[in-house]
Amino acid sequence: MKSKKTLFGALTLSAMLALTACGNSGSTAAPADNGTTGSGGTGTTTEQPAAETVSGTILAVGSTALQPLVDQVGQEFMTNNGDVTVQVQGGGSGTGLTQVSEGAANIGNSDVFAEEKLDADKAKELVDHQVAVVAMATVVNKDAGVTDLSKEQLLDVFSGKVTNWKDVGGADQKITIVNRPSSSGTRATFEKYALGQSVENVEGAIEQDSSGTVKQIVADTKGAVGYLAFSYLDDTVTALSYGGVEPTEENVQSGKYPIWAYEHMYTKGEPEGAVKAFLDYMMTEEVQNADVTELGYIPVSSMEVKRDAEGKVIQ
Amino acid sequence: MENNKGSAGGFARHRREDLIGKTYTYICVLLLIIVITAIVYFVASKGLATFITDGVSPVEFLFGTHWNPVGDNASFGALPFIAGSFIVSLLAALIAGPLSICAALFMTEIVPGKGKRILQPVIELLSGIPSVVYGFIGLTVLVPFISALTGGDSIGYGVAAGALVLSVMILPTITSIAADALASLPRGLREASYALGATRWQTIYRVILPTLAPSLWTGIILGIARAFGEALAVQMVIGNAPFIPKSLLTSASTLTSVITLNMTNTSTGSVQNNVLWSMALMLLFMTFVFIIVVRLLQRRNKL
Repeated sequence: MKSKKTLFGALTLSAMLALTACGNSGSTAAPADNGTTGSGGTGTTTEQPAAETVSGTILAVGSTALQPLVDQVGQEFMTNNGDVTVQVQGGGSGTGLTQVSEGAANIGNSDVFAEEKLDADKAKELVDHQVAVVAMATVVNKDAGVTDLSKEQLLDVFSGKVTNWKDVGGADQKITIVNRPSSSGTRATFEKYALGQSVENVEGAIEQDSSGTVKQIVADTKGAVGYLAFSYLDDTVTALSYGGVEPTEENVQSGKYPIWAYEHMYTKGEPEGAVKAFLDYMMTEEVQNADVTELGYIPVSSMEVKRDAEGKVIQ
Repeated sequence: MENNKGSAGGFARHRREDLIGKTYTYICVLLLIIVITAIVYFVASKGLATFITDGVSPVEFLFGTHWNPVGDNASFGALPFIAGSFIVSLLAALIAGPLSICAALFMTEIVPGKGKRILQPVIELLSGIPSVVYGFIGLTVLVPFISALTGGDSIGYGVAAGALVLSVMILPTITSIAADALASLPRGLREASYALGATRWQTIYRVILPTLAPSLWTGIILGIARAFGEALAVQMVIGNAPFIPKSLLTSASTLTSVITLNMTNTSTGSVQNNVLWSMALMLLFMTFVFIIVVRLLQRRNKL
C-alpha cells in the first residue's frame, strides 16, 4: 500500500516536472532568440576595436539545400570563435524567410529570392547575402536513351506533351516525371531557368520533396526523369546536357548553362556583431574555395555572370 | 492499515489525500482541455483564414479538382486530396478489416492459449514499428514488386501501394480491439450456443460476431481514422500527383501527404500556407466525425 502510494507520487511529480519543462521551453524559445541577437549586437559595440572577439548565439533556419554548408562552416566558425554558438536548422526556404522576417531567427537560409515568397514590404526589410550558387541538372533513368534535350523538348516532357522517350530521340519507354511539390524552391528554379515558364502538374507524375528520394526513384524507375542539384549527381542516373551544353561547373560559371540559382542567407536589416562576423567568414576565400566547392556548390566569386531577382542576367 | 480504524487523525489524513488527489486530477483535466481548445482554435483560425482573408471560395476548395497553388491563376481545389485520403483509408480498412477480425478470432476462439502468448505480442510489435519504417519498406520492396506484377507497365507508385502499406499499419489497431472485445464476451453465451448443439463455426458466425458487431466496427473505424491521419508512410509510396486517381496504379495524393510536402516551402501567412491549414482543419473535422461514429457504435453495444 505504502510503496504503491510513493510510486504514484513519484510518477505524478515526474509528470508535472515534464509538463512544466515543456511549458517553459515552449514559452521562452522565441524571446531567447531575440535576446541573443541583442547580445551579439552589444558584443560588437563594446569590442569592435579588438576585432575577432565576438560572442552570442546565431540561429540560422531554412533551406535544406543550403543546410550542410552552413552547418559545416558554422562548426569551423565556432572552433575559431569560442564565445559564439551557431545553430543551424532546416525547415525549408519558406520557413527560413518567415522566421527571419518575424525576428525568430537571425539568419534565414533560402533557395529563392525573398521577393518570390514574402510580401514586397516584408521582403524589403531583409538584406540578401548570396553565399553560393547551386546548379541543377535534368536527370533521367539510365535506360531512357537520351543524353541531351533542348529547352523545347524539356518543356514538352515536363508539361506532358511528350509521353514517350522515343519522341525525343530516346528508347521506346513511357516517361515518368519525378517532380517537386508546386511550392518547392528547387522546382521554381528549374521551371524558371530550364523550362522558361511554370508548368501545370501532369497526371501520373510523382512528386517528392527530398533530393535523395528523387534520385532513388529516378535511378530505380524505368523512363523516369527529374532534376537534381550537382552535388547529388553520380553514376546511378544520367545527367542531361541542356541544348548541347554539358552540366559542368565551368559552363555554369561562364554563363553557358543557365539552370542555377543563388543560395541566400537573409538577415533582417544590416547584420551586426556575431552574425556579421559569421557572414563575413562565409565569404572569405578559405570558405568559398574549400567548403563551398567541397560540398558541391559553386563559389559566387567565380561566377562570370550575375542575376537579379527577376532572373535577368545583369553582367 | 492500522490508521484506518476510525481514529480522528486518520480521517483528517484521508480528507487531505482526497483533496490532493482531486486537485491533481482537476489540474490534469484542465490542462488537457486547454491544450485541446488551443489546438482546435489555432487550426480553425488559420484554416478559415483561407476563406475569410484570402477569399478562396469554400466551394472551390471542397469540390474543385484543379490544384495549382502558385502563379497568377492560382486555383485551390482540394478534392483530389480529400478523395485520395478517403480512397486509400477505405481500401486499407477493406484489406485489413477481415484479416484482423479473423486473426482475433483465431487468437481467442481457436487457439486461445498460444494465441494470447505468441500471436498477440507479435501483433502488438507491429503497432510499435515507426511509420517511416513502413514507408521505407513500401518504397524499396512493395513499389518495385507492384511494378513487376504489372509487367513494368506501371511504376508501382500509387493508390494500391499506399493502401497496402496502410493496411499493414492499421492491422494491429483493429486486431487488438477485436481481440479485447472477443475476450470480454461472457462464457455463458458461447457455452449456451454449444449446449444447443451448434458447431464452433455456427457459434462464431451466429452468436459471437453479431453480438460483438458494434465493437468490431469500432475497431475498423479507429483503423480508418489512423489510416486517414497517417502522413509519412503514405507520402513515400503514393506518388503525390494532385489528381483524383483513375485506377489503383495511378499516382495520387492525400490530405496529409500534400501538407507534409508543402508546409516547409511556404511562408506563414501566405495563401499557399493557409490553404494547408484548411486541409488540417478538414482532417480535424474528419477525426471528430470518426470519434462520433465510434461513440454511437458503443451506445449500440449489446453487452
